[in-house]
Amino acid sequence: MSADTAAAPVRADQRPSRAAAPTPRRRLPRPTTVLWSLVAIVIALAWVFPVYWMINSAFLPNVILQRTTPTLTPFADGSLDNFVTVISDPAFVRALGTSLVVTLCTVAAAIVIAFLGALAISRFKFRGRRSFILALLFIQMLPAEGLFIAQYKMMSSLGLLNQAIGLIVLYTAAVVPFTVWMLRGFVAGVPVDLEEAAMVDGLSRTQAFLRITFPLLAPGLVASGVYAFLQAWNEFTIALVIMTEEQSRTLPLWLRGFLQASATRETDWGQVMAASTLVALPVIVFFLLVQGRMSSGLVGGAVKG
Amino acid sequence: MPTRRRVPLLLILPTVALLLAALGYPVGWQLVTSFQKFGLLQQFGQPPEWIGLGNYAALVTDPNLWAVILRSLAFCFVCAFSTVVIGGLVALLMRRVPAPLRILLQIAMLVAWAMPVVATMTVWVWLVDWRRGFLNWFLVRLGVDAAGHNWLVEPLSFFAIAAIIVIWMSVPFVALSIFAGLTQVSPEILEAGQMDGATGWQRVRHIMLPLIAPVVSIVLLLQIIWDLRVFTQIRLLQDAGGFPNETHLLGTYIYQLGTGAGDFGMASAVSVFMLALTVAISWYYVRSLMKEEEA
Repeated sequence: MSADTAAAPVRADQRPSRAAAPTPRRRLPRPTTVLWSLVAIVIALAWVFPVYWMINSAFLPNVILQRTTPTLTPFADGSLDNFVTVISDPAFVRALGTSLVVTLCTVAAAIVIAFLGALAISRFKFRGRRSFILALLFIQMLPAEGLFIAQYKMMSSLGLLNQAIGLIVLYTAAVVPFTVWMLRGFVAGVPVDLEEAAMVDGLSRTQAFLRITFPLLAPGLVASGVYAFLQAWNEFTIALVIMTEEQSRTLPLWLRGFLQASATRETDWGQVMAASTLVALPVIVFFLLVQGRMSSGLVGGAVKG
Repeated sequence: MPTRRRVPLLLILPTVALLLAALGYPVGWQLVTSFQKFGLLQQFGQPPEWIGLGNYAALVTDPNLWAVILRSLAFCFVCAFSTVVIGGLVALLMRRVPAPLRILLQIAMLVAWAMPVVATMTVWVWLVDWRRGFLNWFLVRLGVDAAGHNWLVEPLSFFAIAAIIVIWMSVPFVALSIFAGLTQVSPEILEAGQMDGATGWQRVRHIMLPLIAPVVSIVLLLQIIWDLRVFTQIRLLQDAGGFPNETHLLGTYIYQLGTGAGDFGMASAVSVFMLALTVAISWYYVRSLMKEEEA
């Protein structure tokens, strides 16, 4: 992966010398490589800085954050106090509970429903298959922002405002199109021959499926489960509209409370950053774990929420 | 065999039922309501009144709404194009630098990409806080007179901050997708170009760009679709001190019409407009995905 930056003539007279003496390859890096490397470092820092700043501020007491000169590292003055304060806040615990219930139910429902759908489109040819796929792709593109008034109205007439169940239904519907699309690839990846071979050996179709195909699908189920988790855990718009009462807030809504406060009074930024870190941490970990699998379906579907 | 034919339909039944209930019904309701007068009185029990295209007529003649639409489109295009250009340059940079730096760049991108949007917003609001934010301190050190400047009060600087945040969040997806596309470009072709005397930029322009054009056009399209619906970032920046009336985009405007003013009829009409816009833009994307599927 050495950089091929220099102009062609320079390369031309380097060629023979390289061919003549192949062993001592170590040379000084070219100035252009150094320049691009510096640019890369600056860009990497710029992109990681906000995340760093969140974690840094999370460890600092408010007294220090209120100084006119920012403290760039938490090592001298840092403590876990902000995290302790946040975790012992009953409002946080309540929001965490709501978020966990909603997210886990969404993941379970989405996996079951999407798995059946994926099975249909990758193992069966049927009338309407094409329209079904087309509809899935289109629905994936529909913005929640163009639908929330109607969804609010629907939930309110069903008496499901501020109920976890309402949010779970809407979240499951929001993630199912992509999870079907994603699982379809995994199901198609398991050859039908395997199942048929097992059936020749005397297993029923269902048994063959459960014993042979299903275990091979586990990575796909995990990946789509994590995708559903990330979406439901992070979702803000629908929750904002449906969960109108303070008691039924999810974590993103609870975090938002701090931003509303920041406009009018001094915010305890240390606590806000500790709270943000707590919300973001599971997401970052999960995301890094399955990122590769989701990337394979990257251009195949909309990964971002 | 009739049972065999019924199996796939049974399998897709839960998906279809769920999508019809959670999305199909609301879309239908929205369409119907957009032809009705559905304001505060109707919310308290009065039957809604059919006004045909009344809401749409009001929509077309409302200069305030046109301002919101044009603002949304401008914001969307500025963000989407900047994201793709910056993402493309970062992808090229990943090819240019030694492996350890490439990995560093990729990790930085992945971490930024993984950040939940609300957590992202709290950090950025803290970064641009006019009293003790890092941004103003940093600008002052660079010699800019930014001490105590509130970026969220002026619409223009409000949207500049919003654009920076949106671009920061979306560049990783674009950079990594285009980088993945670039790894498909075979080194032999580049080598051949080099032998023919093409400079670095010429190789990018004439060899890489045409080869990765499909990836670029799809990520650009996705960015346009996503940036058109930007809601959370704008809503949360408004919470942090922006003036809502001057900073509405389509999403926040619908929200304000519906939950703030209680005008469900108008809110539905604007929503239908937004959905139609999204479907029109998505059309090309979905078609190209279907082609890929059949290939």
